[in-house]
Amino acid sequence: MDIFENIKNVWHIIGRNKIRSFLTMLGIVIGVMSVIVVMSVGAGAQSLILNQVKSMGTNLVGILPGKADEKGPPASVMGVVITTLTDGDIKELIKEIPYFIAGTGYVKGTDTVSWQDQKIDTNFTGVNAEYLLVEDTKVEKGRFFTQEEEKTNSRLAVLGYDAARDLFLDEDPLGKQIKIKKTFFTVIGVMIERGVSGMQNQDDQIFVPLTTAQKLLLGIDHVSFARLKVDEAKNVESAVDQAKIVLRERHDIDNPENDDFSIRSMAQGLESVTQITDALTMFLVAVAAIALLVGGVGIMNIMLAAVQERTREIGLRKAVGAKNKNITIQFLIESVMITSLGGIIGIFLGVMISFVVARIAQGLGYDWEFIISFSAIFLGCFVSVGVGLVFGIIPARKASRLDPIEALRYE
Amino acid sequence: MSLIKVTDLCKEYVNDEVVTPVLHKMSFQIEEGEFVAIMGPSGSGKSTLMHILSFLDKSSCGKYFFKDRDVSKLNDDELAQMRSKEVGFVFQSFNLLPRTTVLENVMLPLLYDGVSNSNIRVYKAKQALVNVGLEHRLNYYTSQLSGGEKQRVAIARALVNNPSIIFADEPTGNLDSKSGLQIMKILQSLNEEGKTIILVTHERYTAEHAKRILRIKDGVIESDEKVINRQIAQIATELAK
Repeated sequence: MDIFENIKNVWHIIGRNKIRSFLTMLGIVIGVMSVIVVMSVGAGAQSLILNQVKSMGTNLVGILPGKADEKGPPASVMGVVITTLTDGDIKELIKEIPYFIAGTGYVKGTDTVSWQDQKIDTNFTGVNAEYLLVEDTKVEKGRFFTQEEEKTNSRLAVLGYDAARDLFLDEDPLGKQIKIKKTFFTVIGVMIERGVSGMQNQDDQIFVPLTTAQKLLLGIDHVSFARLKVDEAKNVESAVDQAKIVLRERHDIDNPENDDFSIRSMAQGLESVTQITDALTMFLVAVAAIALLVGGVGIMNIMLAAVQERTREIGLRKAVGAKNKNITIQFLIESVMITSLGGIIGIFLGVMISFVVARIAQGLGYDWEFIISFSAIFLGCFVSVGVGLVFGIIPARKASRLDPIEALRYE
Repeated sequence: MSLIKVTDLCKEYVNDEVVTPVLHKMSFQIEEGEFVAIMGPSGSGKSTLMHILSFLDKSSCGKYFFKDRDVSKLNDDELAQMRSKEVGFVFQSFNLLPRTTVLENVMLPLLYDGVSNSNIRVYKAKQALVNVGLEHRLNYYTSQLSGGEKQRVAIARALVNNPSIIFADEPTGNLDSKSGLQIMKILQSLNEEGKTIILVTHERYTAEHAKRILRIKDGVIESDEKVINRQIAQIATELAK
């Protein structure tokens, strides 16, 4: 009995048990669909993060206080406060190493900021005058503070786009006095709208001079982290190497093992982001694959029931000349056809859902790419056929081993 | 050359180490073109004998030669091959595939016989259905047929491979007497055309349609004789019309 006849026959059987066939394949549909969606959304989220990081410029070098091995995150990310990195370090680096064309330390805090009766909870960020150059951004209205103003601990503030809108509504904020931690600041500028970048809403913050933030608002001397801009991409590596030497000198460190800082280029950052999102995606795919396993067990269950139900048919087929092999193949084709059909539907639905997710994300203004990899489709096909074979073989063998006499007598 | 030659054939079933003998050292021969009824009460072993003769089961001891071929040495696949090429079955309960057309049911044995050309399959199945007078029911589903028609489909299915021998296991058991006669008429005319037929039944009247009766009781042959007053199912044709 050739494959084509078998497929025709099985198509018949699936067709006459439409509801049961559909419910049987539902597990596979959901499993394959989840795998496709997870892979696509994972790739989309990765593209989003990478695009955002890239939009800040790849010529950036980041310095964090505290030692870190190259692969893992530095301790400061975990919330440990390390005070070894200072504004002086950054200034020195820019002075000593010509590759660095700009740089700024960052300190951050959260507070209720008020103007007249209007109050908002927002973040304030202390940066120096080179911030605009480092992050490649602009003010929309007014101006940013200068190095001189920074040195004199001026109480000046530049508002992020959202902060300005929330605090001043329709009023013009320029020249107004706002209060942060009982200290009045004069608003001198408003940033352009920048959106979400690096997991943070860049528009919901207020920029103040670094030293002012350190002394008046936070009472600290160190910076949380620093970013430096390198003149050209090809110089990033040597800039990082030289920066390490300069910092070790300043911090009296002989052995690189004892570094109290970690320096990374944006390229390295991109790599770790990719690693993290890849790992997350694989984890989610593994979770989705459990649905496939459950679906497979469901298939086996139904196929065992089908063997039972069609015992007489099997007996008859054997009586008219079917060999054990013919019966095995017939039932295997049935389970594989059910899972393949489920796989095809799952792939289709998965692609649709991924597309909708991407469209919604794009509609919300995210830089989200709709990505369906060939490997996801291939995996979906391969896995659904595989599930049919693996979970179909036991029922098929059971059917083929039925004794024709017993089977013909079966009531 | 005898079609079937059986010597000292026996069969016992082993169930939980309890051995139940069913057939005791049977010996007989069946020649080509015969119409033999195997008759006996239930539990006599007639079905077991038929299963062995039709390659569905294996004997426990003794010899079974089919066309001089030693059947006891065949493996499962070879037995399946023999069933496919040499025998056709007609069962008491028809055993047609549900929700399948008459034509598809009759074509089934051809699929396992390696007839890959579907036109040839259809042609052969139609011929077999013409033989049993069902050419007007080709595309009916089996559930739409009467009992007698179902059994005629089963006979067509048994014939489609042009087998050496047809085994009919209580073929009239589920039918009313009119349809039963019709079936016997078909079997008799097939025998007239030269087909060997083995009929298993517990009814004397049905058995008397054959030419020879093997009476079996408690696993041994009680008698083996020619039918003297043979029933000819002539009247069935009249009733059918």
